[in-house]
Amino acid sequence: MAEREQKKKATTERADEVVEEVPATSATGDKLKAELDDLLDEIDEVLEDNAEEFVRNYVQKGGE
Amino acid sequence: MAIPKVCGIETEYGIQVLHGDPNPIAASSVLINAYARDVARQQTGWDFEDEAPGNDARGFAREGSMPPQVETHLVNTVLTNGARFYVDHAHPEFSTPECRDALECVRYDRAGELILTRSMEAADLAAGDGSRLVVYKNNSDGKGNSYGAHENYLMDRTAPFTRIVAGVTPHFVTRQIFAGAGKVGAETAVHDGTRVDFQLSQRAEFFEEQVGLETTLKRPIVNTRDEPHADPHRYRRLHVIVGDANLCEVATFLKVGTTSLVLAMIEDDVSGSRSLALADPVGAMHDVALDRTFTRPLLMEDGSTATALAIQWELFSLARKYADDQGLDCMGDQAVGEEVLKRWETVLHGLEGDPMSLARQLDWVAKLQLIEAYRDRHGLDWDDHRLAALDLQYHDLRPSRSLFARMDSERLISEESVAAAVTEPPRGTRAWFRGQCLKKWPSSVVTANWDSLVFDLGTDPLRRVPMMDPLKGTADHVEKLLQACAGPSELLDRLSS
Repeated sequence: MAEREQKKKATTERADEVVEEVPATSATGDKLKAELDDLLDEIDEVLEDNAEEFVRNYVQKGGE
Repeated sequence: MAIPKVCGIETEYGIQVLHGDPNPIAASSVLINAYARDVARQQTGWDFEDEAPGNDARGFAREGSMPPQVETHLVNTVLTNGARFYVDHAHPEFSTPECRDALECVRYDRAGELILTRSMEAADLAAGDGSRLVVYKNNSDGKGNSYGAHENYLMDRTAPFTRIVAGVTPHFVTRQIFAGAGKVGAETAVHDGTRVDFQLSQRAEFFEEQVGLETTLKRPIVNTRDEPHADPHRYRRLHVIVGDANLCEVATFLKVGTTSLVLAMIEDDVSGSRSLALADPVGAMHDVALDRTFTRPLLMEDGSTATALAIQWELFSLARKYADDQGLDCMGDQAVGEEVLKRWETVLHGLEGDPMSLARQLDWVAKLQLIEAYRDRHGLDWDDHRLAALDLQYHDLRPSRSLFARMDSERLISEESVAAAVTEPPRGTRAWFRGQCLKKWPSSVVTANWDSLVFDLGTDPLRRVPMMDPLKGTADHVEKLLQACAGPSELLDRLSS
């Protein structure tokens, strides 16, 4: 376990270094959010129209 | 020394008919026939000679237990990539060929998805009446019906089954923290009316026993089916029914890779100073699925407690040391084994620090991220039908509808490699011999199964070629032989001389 503790510590140090670059991190966050927004727009378009009926009609027999 | 963990995945897909006959058995047959006839243009049947799913690894059958039935009348084909594609109960099922390592297993699991997608297209085209077959790579219909994604691992027969059960149970209970495919809500009596928003696993709540032979009733965490499809004196095939079907390649890779490592350690009788035996594995399995913070303590047999994450860290540390001490030959490929360890560690760190950072690697995280964002945008409660619809549509295999396909998931295998795996068998197992014979002499191979091929040379009797060792019949062993033979008669003459 000692080895693991050491590695965890190393990871934390790396994480700290990233936090110092606030503008970059924030830009990345904005980009991610924009991508997720685009994805949600797309999902609004392709999600089955009548969700309730779609879910109700999906019935499978057991398998295996 | 642990033997190579030859592995494979058999996936039962969900199937639905839009604007047509809703019978799922008929629909599954139409789907597979359309592929065999119009896409693969070959149809070699399956040989049931060695099927014995009722054999129990514990050497007895418990009274009242229900071994699965073999249904020989349903559509059953063998493909040139060495895979089996068939109707199982009311589902289309794709079994990958035997793979040499976890990365290859991901490649053939993905080839299966592509085969199912092409099957849907071929079936819709052949129907020509506007009906549509839709296939889902998931494990439940949200109404209490579950179907499986089973893994198989080659094991040394000398490893005692009781040791396998004890060693693998903690992994099977806790690996869902990275291998779960995620699910909105709950659908069994396990939760006793308690409101459940989201679970890490599709399958966890369907498990009711620690050990047993069944797969459809009283599902056990460790399945005892003893059907090696290989020399039973040397090999065991551990049939694993506890997993979810994954769409994220990294999740499939970790599911198969970490399990291979844990099984290799069991064969070599490696364990840590701390016992990982859980007091109540079944209850723990249900609890782990509900805990997105990884803080819930699980009661251990010795009276102590541990979280699922702590148990995974312990297994990882053991595996890391095992690899350093004994190497990774058991993983089929050293580099693949190292990659499994690297990613296992990275994912555990991720789950510990910021689980949502793993949305490109793990299915349950990808799905949860999508659902949380969608809830937020539309102000939805967890019981809104749109969230259940989103969950279902995540697994839709149609490129035009699949939500997973829109998620920019990390890929380990290139599209070209997946496409090649649709027709090419793996080089490092007996699947290579099966696939190449089917490719070269399709009209002479009358039936095939995992451990034999049956040839019809136009003379009596039919000739059976046994393949009792999954590690023989590889490209290294028989490529030159197959190239040198003008036809199947010459092959059989040379093999018998």
